[in-house]
Amino acid sequence: MSSMDTPPSVSAMPGRGAALPGRPALPAARRKVVGLALLGILACALPFVLGNYQVFQLTLALAYAIALLGLNMLTGYNGQISLGHGAFFAIGAYTAAILMEHAGLSYWAAIPVAGLVCLVAGFLFGLPALRLEGLYLALATFALGVAMPQILKHKALEHWTGGSMGVVIIKPDPPSWIPLSQDQWLYFFTLAWTVLLFWAGWNLLRGRVGRALVAIRDQPIAAQAMGVNTALYKSLTFGVSSLYTGVAGALSAIAVQFASPDSFSIFLSLSLLVGLVVGGLASISGALYGALFIQFVPNIADQISKAAPWAIYGVFLIGFMYLMPSGVAGLVRLVRHRLANR
Amino acid sequence: MELLLHQIFAGLATGGIYASVALALVMIYQATHLVNFAQGEMAMFATYLAWSLMQAGLPYWVAFFLTVAIAFVGGILIERVIIQPVENAPVLSVVIVFIGLLVIFNSLAGWIYTYTIKPFPSPFPSGSFLDNRLLSSHEMGSMAVTLGVLALVFAFFRYTPLGLAMRAAAQNPVSSRLVGVRVGWMLALGWGLASAIGAVAGIMVAPIVFLEPNMMGGILLYAFAGALLGGIDSPGGAVLGGFLVGVLENVVGVYLGTELKLTVALVIIVAVLVVRPSGLLGKVHVARV
Amino acid sequence: MTTTRIPRRSIVLGAGAAVGASLLPLRALAQAKEIKLGQTMPYSGPASAYGTIGKCQQAYFKMINENGGIGGRMINLVSVDDGYSPPKAVEQVRKLVEQEEVLALFQTLGTPSNSAIHKYVNAKKVPHLFVATGATKWNDPKNFPWTFGMNLSYQTEGEIYAQYLLKNKPGAKIAILYQNDDYGKDVLAGVKNVLKGDKAKMIVAEQTYEVTDPTVDSQILTLKASGADTFINITTPKFAAQAVRKVADSGWKPLHILNNVGASVGSVLTPAGLDKSVGLVTVNYYKDANDPQWKDDAAMLKWRGFMGKYYREGNVADASNIYAVLAAELMVQVLKQCGTDFSRDNIRRQAESIKNFKPGLLLPGISMNTSPTDHAPVEQAQLARFDGKQWVLFGEVLGGAA
Repeated sequence: MSSMDTPPSVSAMPGRGAALPGRPALPAARRKVVGLALLGILACALPFVLGNYQVFQLTLALAYAIALLGLNMLTGYNGQISLGHGAFFAIGAYTAAILMEHAGLSYWAAIPVAGLVCLVAGFLFGLPALRLEGLYLALATFALGVAMPQILKHKALEHWTGGSMGVVIIKPDPPSWIPLSQDQWLYFFTLAWTVLLFWAGWNLLRGRVGRALVAIRDQPIAAQAMGVNTALYKSLTFGVSSLYTGVAGALSAIAVQFASPDSFSIFLSLSLLVGLVVGGLASISGALYGALFIQFVPNIADQISKAAPWAIYGVFLIGFMYLMPSGVAGLVRLVRHRLANR
Repeated sequence: MELLLHQIFAGLATGGIYASVALALVMIYQATHLVNFAQGEMAMFATYLAWSLMQAGLPYWVAFFLTVAIAFVGGILIERVIIQPVENAPVLSVVIVFIGLLVIFNSLAGWIYTYTIKPFPSPFPSGSFLDNRLLSSHEMGSMAVTLGVLALVFAFFRYTPLGLAMRAAAQNPVSSRLVGVRVGWMLALGWGLASAIGAVAGIMVAPIVFLEPNMMGGILLYAFAGALLGGIDSPGGAVLGGFLVGVLENVVGVYLGTELKLTVALVIIVAVLVVRPSGLLGKVHVARV
Repeated sequence: MTTTRIPRRSIVLGAGAAVGASLLPLRALAQAKEIKLGQTMPYSGPASAYGTIGKCQQAYFKMINENGGIGGRMINLVSVDDGYSPPKAVEQVRKLVEQEEVLALFQTLGTPSNSAIHKYVNAKKVPHLFVATGATKWNDPKNFPWTFGMNLSYQTEGEIYAQYLLKNKPGAKIAILYQNDDYGKDVLAGVKNVLKGDKAKMIVAEQTYEVTDPTVDSQILTLKASGADTFINITTPKFAAQAVRKVADSGWKPLHILNNVGASVGSVLTPAGLDKSVGLVTVNYYKDANDPQWKDDAAMLKWRGFMGKYYREGNVADASNIYAVLAAELMVQVLKQCGTDFSRDNIRRQAESIKNFKPGLLLPGISMNTSPTDHAPVEQAQLARFDGKQWVLFGEVLGGAA
């Protein structure tokens, strides 16, 4: 019985809390905040409801989400195709493993250092990549992804990387005053990093930097003419994207407690690509959808056909390109639009 | 010195393998300006088809030509059905479709034929060529076949109206349409030919490396390196590049150890793309703003 | 007063729920009556040729179940794919242990996958039985009391070859080709364990290769050029076939020792060329199905009967299928020894108490033994030489350097 007002259009009436039947109650921005808050509450509540094994799976999914956000920055927003991001995942994982096992660094410190190492590595790879476009860059990164396991096994690095035997990592314990299991603690640790990196990424991409990246992707020459320093942006994007993926690799290695060259084959890079496409290019929420896809769908595909999960992946890849080129995120956006404009 | 000579010849032998796959890559590139990541797996699958035909009792050469024909038709179908819808999409979409094809072919082959290696017959007499210890008859023979296919491809593009039409369709589809070239079918034809060449490459390679679903995995990367080194738009360059990569790989293996062979391929790819993207024999493209 | 009509849907749902609920205790009972084992196998990916081992074992346990199971209990082998990828193996094993609550892990395959789960499984105190890899590190009861090996360890194999050479060809000049990973380095370590000190000089050349290499021809040439007259060939099937062929084609005629992994007549020597394989030496610890001397052997006939009835799609020429049954028989022996106590602790204790177990598929003279300080069931093998048609055993049953 609140008001006799019958506002003509309801979508964005700032301040109006009154709900009229059949119309959205809150303005769009508020809805987003509420949605995020609900997601946050869900994320924090899940580890107490699910068993340790599922919490472990969710931790891996969160790590993938960070990696996919990094890859999305590079490929989705900036148009630089990378088929070898598994290599940066590997560098991050090994850096953290080596620091924790050989240098005795705690996992708190190992993660940012792993990220920084990957930032530099990505930037360095991005420099020659400046001269490569589209397919050629895809080719070069593909080669990187294929060659990485062999590099990791090389004799010169064996003392640190453990060669093909890999490195075993001891799982961190929660501080004694927090009553959580190891898996739950690691989940929250990973969640904290996810929130931090997603927030940073969101900030970055919706501002000037994001617009510059998209401009470089769509009209590189025009962007340059407008004063955007394409070379710097592109190399930096490579670096930042590798930083994200490296942090993800480090987190994932700690969760799995093991890093070996066989964990980082070209199929990892291709999985990331699948996640990127399925989740949705140039979309932050797409990283989450994609991560859930690559974490949980193989288990389902396993049950359909033991021998050919990758064939199913391939069908998904091609299918999504035809039917849902903007991925699940795009689909969600479409559905929300339809519902909002009813 | 004798070891070096042996390694060079061994390098030529493996280089022959890379050259034949590189030729198929160049074929697709010339027709569509796209690099087909799935080329190796398609060639492998075609080889399995040939194997099945031979298991069913067909003599070698019948199976050979039948497989090449099936591969040709298959390539055209793939282009028309799978590639064509994403023709005008951004490069990323096309790359993704290629990767999709790659994993599908690989998994299908593994699922249908299992992963146990199978011997594949060679049309050439077994044993060394002219009794020398450096190359086997088969390796000489497959090199000859590769060069023969190269000659055919070269002649096709250079001297036939169809080849000219294909090149035109790839380089400038709009203008080609205006002069009456059916661009869509040119692309499909390009895929068909590349698929056929790939099948020949696979059939020549299988006796050396043994037939199994992952047989093309390592080869593909070296073939890419070879094609880029020689020039992605030059068939002769691709073959030359393939041989060079084979020899380089072996010689480097002797002096630097065999543990970094893939890295060598990676370095070649990146170096070529950065320093001279058109490769040794390719045409230099200048983009006007 | 309104009477609420219960819609039909609710009645059906309710009835279904009631029936389901009444069956729950039955299901729990059924589960309590079964022996649940878990395993990860590479059913997809590059190592999937070994997937037949898992399938064969499931067929074998089905046969056991149809004949009454173990003391009335049925064996349920939950076998899942890990694609030969360590992170996937960790995930699957956690699922098996924490969700499926398997009693024990059996024949998890692959050195990388087992390395990844090694610590976890021991921390969780789950019997990690008879891992399907030959790496030596599984036999470490002091640090990893729940883990047991199965295969003749790679190091022991290398030691046997080296000892054979020391005894029969002390002046040999040895060239070695090995796969650049754990397994290859393990066999090499075994060889070097025996050939140490001044004997190390016997090794004149070493070459490695990666699984991504198209051929090993270049490595063979380098080894030949070293002037060696003995060649120890540590390769997996595809590369073993290439190596055997190249050695013959290049005119090099060394004493050619081929490791057991690459010695299958069906999948290696036939593609390479049987005539090129004459004179090859290897070790074996179980019978080869292609060997005519076992044609009428009782155990072999029984195995063929099993394959024909329960695992028809399996390849009888594939040595993996004999290996699979051998491991399954060992598992059944452990379970039989458990009596009625199938707790994890008792399973482990029985696995440590295998005394002189001689399943018929083992070569005569070889037996399986374990103890609390020795978690490797197989530690013996016999040398065999290929005569163009089959592997002919010679010499006596040998053990390793220990």
